[in-house]
Amino acid sequence: MAILVIAEHTNAALAAATLNTVTAAQKIGGDIHVLVAGAGCAAAAEAAAKIAGVSKVLVADNAAFAHQLPENVAPLIAELGKGYSHVLAPATTNGKNFLPRVAALLDVDQISEIIAVESADTFKRPIYAGNAIATVQSSAAVKVITVRSTGFDAAAAEGGSAAVESVGNGADAGKSSFVGEELAKSDRPELTAAKIVVSGGRGMQNGDNFKHLYALADKLGAAVGASRAAVDAGFVPNDMQVGQTGKIVAPQLYIAVGISGAIQHLAGMKDSKVIVAINKDEEAPIFQVADYGLVADLFEAVPELEKLV
Amino acid sequence: MKVLVAVKRVVDYNVKVRVKADNSGVDLANVKMSMNPFCEIAVEEAVRLKEKGVASEIVVVTIGPNTAQEQLRTALALGADRSILVETSEELNSLAVAKLLKAVVDKEQPQLVILGKQAIDSDNNQTGQMLGALTGFAQGTFASKVELAGDKVNVTREIDGGLQTVALALPAIVTTDLRLNEPRYASLPNIMKAKKKPLDVVTPDALGVSTTSTVKTLKVEAPAARSAGIKVKSVAELVEKLKNEAKVI
Repeated sequence: MAILVIAEHTNAALAAATLNTVTAAQKIGGDIHVLVAGAGCAAAAEAAAKIAGVSKVLVADNAAFAHQLPENVAPLIAELGKGYSHVLAPATTNGKNFLPRVAALLDVDQISEIIAVESADTFKRPIYAGNAIATVQSSAAVKVITVRSTGFDAAAAEGGSAAVESVGNGADAGKSSFVGEELAKSDRPELTAAKIVVSGGRGMQNGDNFKHLYALADKLGAAVGASRAAVDAGFVPNDMQVGQTGKIVAPQLYIAVGISGAIQHLAGMKDSKVIVAINKDEEAPIFQVADYGLVADLFEAVPELEKLV
Repeated sequence: MKVLVAVKRVVDYNVKVRVKADNSGVDLANVKMSMNPFCEIAVEEAVRLKEKGVASEIVVVTIGPNTAQEQLRTALALGADRSILVETSEELNSLAVAKLLKAVVDKEQPQLVILGKQAIDSDNNQTGQMLGALTGFAQGTFASKVELAGDKVNVTREIDGGLQTVALALPAIVTTDLRLNEPRYASLPNIMKAKKKPLDVVTPDALGVSTTSTVKTLKVEAPAARSAGIKVKSVAELVEKLKNEAKVI
């Protein structure tokens, strides 16, 4: 029994979510192979070979796999996947994009966003915006699974020495093409990997006021997130959104500022170790999940907090 | 051009669901049901394409119990032209739903299929992509902008870290993200008119699709509850607690 993990990468480097996915694979048990599909992805493949616990790295380096367009990578992964008991990908936007396409090509169901491995065929996953946890069992010949990275620790990025093997002369399916991308630039830690996250909601009133949160975040070495209300109001770009439809985070400390705590937001952050809520409405639902709540005007509390930490 | 929109009847997003005492599932008896929010966005996008003169006909389809007709009527009131209910009392997994939708696509031959990116009950985020594999169509998932350009559709997608634009050959599949549009409300006259619009009912058997699944749910539990927190009186007290009690800063 061997497990194929699909690496999330930028061609030059591996994304952290790949390491969490390798840990999930270790819990299932079996030989772990990592597929790095991309264009000019030798550096990412080299990094994958160093992950502790990985026995083989498959590299599909081909112009057709640039940007991992699902029409091109799904047939490759499905073809390779036939020889494995499990095919795993991190539940990033990329993994969510191509993996269900792989599952359908293999004619099997997919299990999305697992947070725990019970056994090689049984997994736990949240449903209803995290308000229920389902235990599901798969009898599929190839189990196709996306892994929620906050559910598993990261595997050690060093210490392994896997063999690297070239595979797949993939062809461009000719159905889709990459036009361009606009990536938000930030010097702060990545939201899903940060140890501390400071998030603002509608209570911030405007985008300019987020500067208070940036100042606090910089002092704490934290990432800055936002609720859907803050994103929809145009205060901040949407890649900062934490919640059921945004990013799922589980930092050591989550500070929710001016966020009421709708269930869709809680789904994205309630696995944080310590939750702090600062809100002037003492009835706000966020206080029901907060370890420490402060009923105060955020425009006074946040600058004071910044001074004291 | 013909547009096919898939919608799902789900528990209303404002409802706080409860897990059944026997852990067999979530208690949906007497709970308010609605159209999945991402499906509303899908219907809205199709209606806007029709208003722009790009789409000529909007067909809306759902797979579910007889009561899912309510959601089809809602879509018709929002501007869809006709509707199809694939009636089944079973809870189907995404692959079975994708296979049923494939059968409908084969029959209707749409140029564009629009779905929501995920249903807020199962949170799977699979059906659109699976339909892409089964039909061989290109897919534009998590769309925040959709622009038809000749025989292609340009889809701006929300990805981790920002936005990505891809060009897809038609026919294509688009799944909607929250920021694609703001769905309209159905007006009373349109709700009345929707009652006269066509609604066809078919069964999975009639479509020749097997809905067996390789995944079964063993149990459904409530998530671990967080222990009750405390309210602090001042910022100074908060900092002191975070430093000395929680030891997180």
